[in-house]
Amino acid sequence: MATENQYLPGLHPDLPPPPSEIGVIGWLRHNLLASKTDIFLTIFAIYLIYLLIPPVISWAFFNADLIGNTREACTSGGACWVFINVRIGQFMYGFYPVEERWRIDITFLLLVALMIPMFIDSFRYKAWLGAFILLVFPVIGFYLLAGGSFGLVVVDTPRWGGLSLTLIIAIVGIVASFPIGLMLALGRRSKMPAVSAFCTGFIELWRGVPLITVLFMSSVMFPLFLPDGVNFDKLVRALVGVTLFSAAYMAETVRGGLQAIPRGQYEAAEALGLSYWKYMAFIVLPQALKHVIPGIVGNFIGLFKDTTLVLIIGLFDFLGIVQAASTDPKWLGYSIEGYVFCAFVYWIFCFSMSQYSQSVERKLHTGH
Amino acid sequence: MNKITSTVMMASLLAISASTSAATLDDVIGKGFVQCGVSQGLPGFSQFDDKGNWSGVDVDICRAMAAAIFNDSEAVKYTPLSAKERFTALQSGEIDVLSRNTTWTATRDTALGLNFAGVNYYDGQGFLVRKDLGVNDALELGGAAVCTQTGTTTELNVSDYFRANNLEYTIVAYEKADEVVAAYDAGRCDVYTTDQSGLYAQRTKLKDPSAHKVLPNVISKEPLGPVVRQGDDQWFNVTRWSLFCMINAEEMGVTSKNIKSKMGGDPATKRLLGEEGSFGENLGVSPTWCANIVSQVGNYGESFARNLSVPPLNISRGVNELWSKGGIQYAPPIR
Repeated sequence: MATENQYLPGLHPDLPPPPSEIGVIGWLRHNLLASKTDIFLTIFAIYLIYLLIPPVISWAFFNADLIGNTREACTSGGACWVFINVRIGQFMYGFYPVEERWRIDITFLLLVALMIPMFIDSFRYKAWLGAFILLVFPVIGFYLLAGGSFGLVVVDTPRWGGLSLTLIIAIVGIVASFPIGLMLALGRRSKMPAVSAFCTGFIELWRGVPLITVLFMSSVMFPLFLPDGVNFDKLVRALVGVTLFSAAYMAETVRGGLQAIPRGQYEAAEALGLSYWKYMAFIVLPQALKHVIPGIVGNFIGLFKDTTLVLIIGLFDFLGIVQAASTDPKWLGYSIEGYVFCAFVYWIFCFSMSQYSQSVERKLHTGH
Repeated sequence: MNKITSTVMMASLLAISASTSAATLDDVIGKGFVQCGVSQGLPGFSQFDDKGNWSGVDVDICRAMAAAIFNDSEAVKYTPLSAKERFTALQSGEIDVLSRNTTWTATRDTALGLNFAGVNYYDGQGFLVRKDLGVNDALELGGAAVCTQTGTTTELNVSDYFRANNLEYTIVAYEKADEVVAAYDAGRCDVYTTDQSGLYAQRTKLKDPSAHKVLPNVISKEPLGPVVRQGDDQWFNVTRWSLFCMINAEEMGVTSKNIKSKMGGDPATKRLLGEEGSFGENLGVSPTWCANIVSQVGNYGESFARNLSVPPLNISRGVNELWSKGGIQYAPPIR
């Protein structure tokens, strides 16, 4: 006779797992306390956190000073954010004249406003908007920032600086290096010997030298070879250097993607009678680029951080201007606050880029 | 070795390109400002405030030149330069004058095709010690542990000095300046050595700056001054005499405050302020060039006091005192 609690073999209903295996307790047991070594490591890690985190928090928040105008305002013994507070305008805009800073604001706001529809899936005119951003916006941005026409005062590039300069270099580098890199990657795989040799040579040359050398050549050596009176803007030289350098890396990343596409795809596309550009644009590149999104974004993040190297050619990017500001006798000794602030801002930008790339990957993960 | 190679390389490259136009003064007058190469931030020498205005003793040289040429000390554009690119920037004509705490050495003056127009700060390697150590002279430092940066001439100078004076010492060397300061502050060594101007600046980073002092001894020569391109004597003279004007003005007691009352005084002051003679015309600038410099920038002592003798730097005049007051700052007379 089967009573309530008795089941025939195989008919027992699923029971919930024991409480020690699920929820917080289960997670702790599995991840932190699974073995003697784990227990020891957990305790050690907690001890390390205890050693590090409270002092950092109290330095950065509880004992910190934020309000004031001079170093005398920093009395609590913790971080002196007053230094950042007083200089924040300079950190953002460099030596750009205060009354003209709205031009930088407008430029970046315009860019953001133009970019927003690109992230909306249902927006239909992406191609046109993209072309506008790539071809028309740079012209608008240049006239806004540099001035000299439409009644705007000229602000020459040595006065540009801070985070806005970092963003300008990074954005120009990223946007310009991508198409160049794409072309170089296609060129390197081309069957035309001259094109392939040129592209290979270009890539190997630029990848073979450190960025610091490129910048140094562009800033120090290049002017020596120019005739008298001919002088390119230092920022333009740096931008060209950064772009070409980054394009070489981009080319190799894209080439990796091209190699991952099975030969059959090329042959099938050719069999359909598509021209080289058509089968590249519609069959091969969409698949190839999808494969290498992490690599491309990795390049971009690297480029964003590499922009700090322009400091050695006397351009005050974000990090550079923070460093220089901490040599002001009024604020000597507060460089740590400056560096922490820098690290935080760089982290925000790099982390957002990385998050965006992951969302693109998910969106494009169709089919296989 | 590395330094020599790079110097030779630079020299040969500069030789190729040393054809920049000769008449810098005409160019400068044509464009309406002096393009001045400065450091990327060195406390007291060239630094900028939160408004982006540059100040410092090196900056004052450029402002003085602008005052002499345009009667407007603000007619200067600044190019912040790293140590590596400073000479090329000058050679390629990107800047008109380099006023960037640059040491006057034989190599730079000859092989690099540069001319040093004078010395606006006599620097040299010195020692920083704790006051409670009770040491007043470097010769009392026998047996000391000396903190310094690795691989610099500083390390070489200090070992030369201690061995020459038969003193025992231990070198504690670090890679970065900040590490050296931290080690010194933590008591890892008794003495911190680098150039004196640097010692004053680094002292402000210590926990209690007032508990430390810079010893009077200087064990190396680092004369810092403005630099121009070789082969343009007129521009060289403008640079050199802008500095000499400031030193002479201090010697004669003419300051930016009392310059009005000094007008029409003794003959030497009259010559200095352009009321007599044609020194401005000979230089190719306005007759009242020196009066403009003193009224807008101040004399050498004022510039020094305003930029270097202020807290937290508190750099004392030391050897940069006038020759008449026991220092070595000396300018030829204007006559």
